[in-house]
Amino acid sequence: MSEFLSRSESYLPFLLQGLWLTVLVTLLALCLATNIGLLWALFRTSSVNLLVVPTRFFVEFVRGIPLLVLLFYIYFVAPEIGVNLTAFQSGVLGLALAHSCYLSETFRAGIEAIDKGQIEAARSIGMRRPLMMRRVVLPQAFRIVLPPYGNNIILLLKDSSLVSVISVTDLTMQGKMLASSTFDNMTVFTLVAFLYLCLTIPLNLLMRRLETTMGVGG
Amino acid sequence: MIVFNNVHKSFGTIEVLKGIDAEIRKGEVGCLIGPSGSGKSTLLRCVNGLESYQRGSISIDGTVVDATSRDIHSICARVTMVFQRFNLFPHRTALENVMEGPLYVLKENRKEVCERAMELLDRVGLAEKMHAFPGSLSGGQQQRVAIARALAMRPEAILFDEPTSALDPEMVGEVLQVMRALAGEHMTMLIVTHEIQFAREVADQVLFLDGGKIVERGSAQEVLRDPKHGRTQDFLKRVMHPA
Repeated sequence: MSEFLSRSESYLPFLLQGLWLTVLVTLLALCLATNIGLLWALFRTSSVNLLVVPTRFFVEFVRGIPLLVLLFYIYFVAPEIGVNLTAFQSGVLGLALAHSCYLSETFRAGIEAIDKGQIEAARSIGMRRPLMMRRVVLPQAFRIVLPPYGNNIILLLKDSSLVSVISVTDLTMQGKMLASSTFDNMTVFTLVAFLYLCLTIPLNLLMRRLETTMGVGG
Repeated sequence: MIVFNNVHKSFGTIEVLKGIDAEIRKGEVGCLIGPSGSGKSTLLRCVNGLESYQRGSISIDGTVVDATSRDIHSICARVTMVFQRFNLFPHRTALENVMEGPLYVLKENRKEVCERAMELLDRVGLAEKMHAFPGSLSGGQQQRVAIARALAMRPEAILFDEPTSALDPEMVGEVLQVMRALAGEHMTMLIVTHEIQFAREVADQVLFLDGGKIVERGSAQEVLRDPKHGRTQDFLKRVMHPA
């Protein structure tokens, strides 16, 4: 046990560098995915067919491709058509695209769960759709989608380990490199798993806390 | 003020309005009565564009209501609606519910809107509940907030869609009292209701709808006390003496 601790101490700084990158990739991808996902959801729930149909097609398309393949595509194929992104940018973009599609379905469910009476009430005081969305529908939908949204964040965080495959030096990548140079698989991957849990468990608790506080007063 | 001219409306192949002609003048209270499924709510919802109609026209002060037009929102802002199930915004307080329209649709000054909203809540007897969320209010209180919300838009007319039907019996009175006061101030109102007694008191004009047509119309006195048509007589008998 003491040996484990002393080894851990020497591995930790290296892994923490990776952890920082994992957090960064996750946060950036989450920000992008949330905004884009909301946009897809708004398109999907609009009454304009020109928005509904292409969005549906795109979401189904991206959701049907494994994230790993999507990452390969952005990192290896895109340069061939002149789009050169760094590994980090490719990783963030791939994660954001894939998760924007998952999130859009979550958001859409939330928007569609709002009582029709709310929409009629908003219309009957003269609200147009954008204002109605902003003031009436989305604030209520947000509460409904909070639990699945929290779930999505955790999935995104874990999916971020895939960017290691396109050479982003995130936590998983750092772990792999460390393990192959020390052959100490046991200690290294235990630490890697532990560090992921250090992110996911507090996140879980935070989401649960948020759900309770958002539940009151309405 | 509100003019119906040969209004036809169908849901699919079922025709629910079969040529409605009527006029509600400024300052007048019109009551729509009739059995369920007769098309009264549908007719009301056509007035502010919540439903579209296929033939004929509805106009408000000369502006034709067209649910598919881009201007439908400005019609809604001029003729507001009070719903059977209140439909208050549950994530906003009573005061915020009332302020919402003037503040964000009419883009009026926040301070003035707030003052007016407080006055309106006071007028419907809910000054002390202004910071309460709808979830903590009784049905009657919620409906009174909804009326204040409709009034806050300074509408030319208010549409009421069975405003007391979802209320416990002991709360009907407080809502009718607010509406009675509005009638006294000559607010133009079109009310779908089953409260025959109330209609007798406030209505300048009563329209009895059955099967998508106006079967009988006239003053409250004529239609409700002394109905000519057999179907009106039947309906009133059943409503007044349910057992």
